[in-house]
Amino acid sequence: MIAAFVCVMSIAAFLELLVSYCRSILASSSKVELSARVREVAGIASHPLAADDFARLLQLVRLCPERGDDQTEIRAVGTYYGLLRVLGRAARPLIPGIATWTEQERQSCSYFAAVALDRRISYSRDLFTQQVADRL
Amino acid sequence: MLGPLDYALLLIGFLAEIYVVVCLLVRRQFVRYIPLNVYMLCSAFVTFGLFFLVRRYGISSSTYVYFYYYSDSLLMILMFWVIIKLYQQVFDEMKVSKQIRGAAFILIAATALFSYGVVHQNRSNLTGHFVVELGQNLYFVGVVLTYLLWGSILKLRETRTRLIQLVLALGIYFSATAGTYALRNLFPALQPSLLKWVPPLFGMWLPLAWAYTFTRIPEDARLATARLMEKHQ
Repeated sequence: MIAAFVCVMSIAAFLELLVSYCRSILASSSKVELSARVREVAGIASHPLAADDFARLLQLVRLCPERGDDQTEIRAVGTYYGLLRVLGRAARPLIPGIATWTEQERQSCSYFAAVALDRRISYSRDLFTQQVADRL
Repeated sequence: MLGPLDYALLLIGFLAEIYVVVCLLVRRQFVRYIPLNVYMLCSAFVTFGLFFLVRRYGISSSTYVYFYYYSDSLLMILMFWVIIKLYQQVFDEMKVSKQIRGAAFILIAATALFSYGVVHQNRSNLTGHFVVELGQNLYFVGVVLTYLLWGSILKLRETRTRLIQLVLALGIYFSATAGTYALRNLFPALQPSLLKWVPPLFGMWLPLAWAYTFTRIPEDARLATARLMEKHQ
């Protein structure tokens, strides 16, 4: 009886704290305004970011030179996105409310990836400018 | 016998623990986070001890089993010290350090008495099932304490990102471990195939998450906690 109580309470606490932890990582990017350049590159100039854009944005991020300081966050958010996708698929037929919530969370992950892409594009441009300046 | 994955988890956890201490030493914040540093150092020492005992006596030896469970209990007491320190940081401005220390002392004494009661009742069976039950209860006290701390952070609208992430990482660790112990109690058959991986994984998670926080989150970084609880950000 005690074990069942501990089990249920621990799993509930685990889920809530995990979501809050992941959101604390996502929060760093939520206030950042996306540049017109990244909107154009990512093909989201005319429509808002969708939850399913994450994988495509991540591929674009990987095409850019690494900045060396965002890998951990990208990996953590990628794991969170994967968990949300599994949860969303499992919940869709049973609890549509949870499926909607996972969709919104995945949208935040996509926004995070878009901000990471924006930063990496800026970094690439800076690198290029520096190389041109060095040659001159 | 431990496999390559077990050794890899031990090694990553050990390196991350050392990294946290070195990182705080370099940034001259060792004293500010002294309970956390002591915990990390002791945990690294225990990891090293476990590795040594496995190599020398084997994983099924009584020396290893006793060292594992006794060191786990001692680490839990150190972890309570870490939690008290985090409580003091959260309630810093309210000048209630004395009350927190008093409450913590009562709680630890109550936990010890409860554990003694359980030990007394199970004198004839001090291993196996009992050890799992005791671990489950101790970790669950950790879950409750951390969850209350998290509730206080939300209530007081605490904004220090570093503090928030330290508490959340700790809560994830406690709840995952307590849940695993409870599942082990309920379904012992799951232990060899699935549940045995959870404690080492989350034992590695805690130093890694703290290492990330101390490396990437500056002391003065701020975050509105309301954002973390919104239904949609």
